[in-house]
Amino acid sequence: MARIEIHPELAADKDALLKLCPFGAIELDGGTLAINAACRMCRICIKKGGGVFEFIEDAAPGIDKSQWNGIAVLAEIDDGHHLHPVTLELLGKARELADKVNYPVYALVIGHNVAEAAEKLLSYGADEVFVYDSPELEFFKIEPYTNVLEDFIRKQRPSSMLVGGTVNGRSLAPRAAARFRTGLTADCTVLDISPSTDLDQIRPAYGGNIMAHINTPKHRPQFATVRYKIFSIPEESEAKGKITRCELPETALASKIDVLERKKKEVEQGIEEAEVLIVAGRGVKKKEDLELLEELAGLLNGRIASTRAVIEAGWMNPKLQIGLSGRTVKPKLVITCGVSGAIQFVAGMNNSELIVAINSDPGASIFKVAHVRLVGDLYTILPELIRNIKSRKAERI
Amino acid sequence: MNILVCIKQVPGTSQVEIDEKTGVLKRDGVESKMNPFDLYALETALRLKQQYGATVTALTMGPPQAETVIREAFMMGADRGIVLSDRRFGGADVLATSYTLSQGVRIAGDIDLIICGKQTTDGDTAQVGAELAEFLGIPHVVNVCSIRELTESAIELVVDLPDYELTERIPFPCLVTVEKGIFEPRLPSFKLKMATKDREIVWLKLDDLPDKDPAHYGLNGSPTQVKRIFPPESHVEHVTLAGSDPEKAAELCELLDRKKFLQQMR
Repeated sequence: MARIEIHPELAADKDALLKLCPFGAIELDGGTLAINAACRMCRICIKKGGGVFEFIEDAAPGIDKSQWNGIAVLAEIDDGHHLHPVTLELLGKARELADKVNYPVYALVIGHNVAEAAEKLLSYGADEVFVYDSPELEFFKIEPYTNVLEDFIRKQRPSSMLVGGTVNGRSLAPRAAARFRTGLTADCTVLDISPSTDLDQIRPAYGGNIMAHINTPKHRPQFATVRYKIFSIPEESEAKGKITRCELPETALASKIDVLERKKKEVEQGIEEAEVLIVAGRGVKKKEDLELLEELAGLLNGRIASTRAVIEAGWMNPKLQIGLSGRTVKPKLVITCGVSGAIQFVAGMNNSELIVAINSDPGASIFKVAHVRLVGDLYTILPELIRNIKSRKAERI
Repeated sequence: MNILVCIKQVPGTSQVEIDEKTGVLKRDGVESKMNPFDLYALETALRLKQQYGATVTALTMGPPQAETVIREAFMMGADRGIVLSDRRFGGADVLATSYTLSQGVRIAGDIDLIICGKQTTDGDTAQVGAELAEFLGIPHVVNVCSIRELTESAIELVVDLPDYELTERIPFPCLVTVEKGIFEPRLPSFKLKMATKDREIVWLKLDDLPDKDPAHYGLNGSPTQVKRIFPPESHVEHVTLAGSDPEKAAELCELLDRKKFLQQMR
């Protein structure tokens, strides 16, 4: 157990001390310094308070960490059968962490007819894959899935449990963490492991304006969720591990929730929803050349969009125009091709996460907002880029 | 029909910065407000109240100032307010927060439906709803984007998944977390403000809760510990690729790969 003890005799400037706490948890209670319920235990007051605040940690009986071994990854199955790529990304990270402390890597698959998915996990580095396969588990339902995860944890006792930060993962992980009364760190962006087997978890808070480094020092398993595309998919390798089939009694697989209808969503999306946009500007010489951009967009799972000039030429649907007179977009990646960067255009896209600009004019104003600048001929760069991407993708199949 | 809505007081802005030298959070104007996502939860409860008739209870946990968000909930139409406030609740992580809330819910009486917002704007974890449901032993659903129907014993709603929309029926008691935009939140009403200014709020301290073991609350009940907080690295860099055009193309390909744009997409 830990608490903060206050030594008021050391307090010279009380007002300065009040301002120390980012959460406003230090207050004057009838003239005496006190800490209120807003305290988040960030311990800034201990570091900056000149000894007024002391962190007291009574030796609490922790759990026996040697009883908890291995890094486990919960596989996410889409549509009943398909492995979500975040699972492979987590397996890669799990392998890396496990090797540091000499742990096995476990994968847990919940679903129906998931043999293929289980095999695949072995070739991405799992030492042992535990499969709970049952018709009742074909689609995600919170109660049976939590029961399965609980059963797995009770039997295998993993030290860490990594879960994809998908809709289902973010529903299941907290539920299971609460059942074990253990810690959960959501949406980690960095994961490492210390020799004590404590996970070092770093996550953003306050909308990404601050980062927090979080540990779960006295509880196991340590739950962490990680969003898709934070880590990289590892190389596929020879499968060395084994598959273990597990079962739960039917009573544990019941759910109170009835799914009345399952409707596939229309995939029709506007350029506002696209994660990747390839933008055509005046530098594109003729309509047929848009095919190059289409091809690149296809390779990056993106869409093409354009500036006003291209729309006015009648080459593209006006719905695809970016800018003050068109749509405002904020994709993860935008690649502008032959776009000069007029203010009216830039205002519609300058909040994009990564802006790549290709333009032959080094003085083009698009380069002022671009994070990656390619001064050159798009008619050379685009075909080369497409060729490079294709060969990289081919290497991975 | 008893509906309970969990709300939280959060800093007025998430535009907080950390002083690189001192490691202290700069907080200019520490105004606080109701977590914007909770407005949608509250609005959902109030629409259900209008259509089907219900008592709406707003529950919050925080320092005494958190009373403000309960008053705001009254101004929007909530009927009852509960504040969980005790120094011993301080330093709570997701687990301790959810547990404390679950104890508050037990005091609130027979609740049919608990509605939570998607997440808060300060912690951003979006995990308290599910943990609260687990502590209460009731089913939960997240990502609810619309409500179809309420019956005596169940709620029918639509869950928004990346590729699917699911229509589900969940029997009471249950917990749902609603998406931003499920309904447009109403503005606080001056008339209600006047009418509710003397309305009593239930204040709960640790000793008022069914479980009085301080080891289950606040920092002591929190398995996770914040080791440190620090400013994010600025990841916006400006680079100009050099070399011939094919070399630039190859370098761009490498960069896109490193940033994971070549990976399989959903």
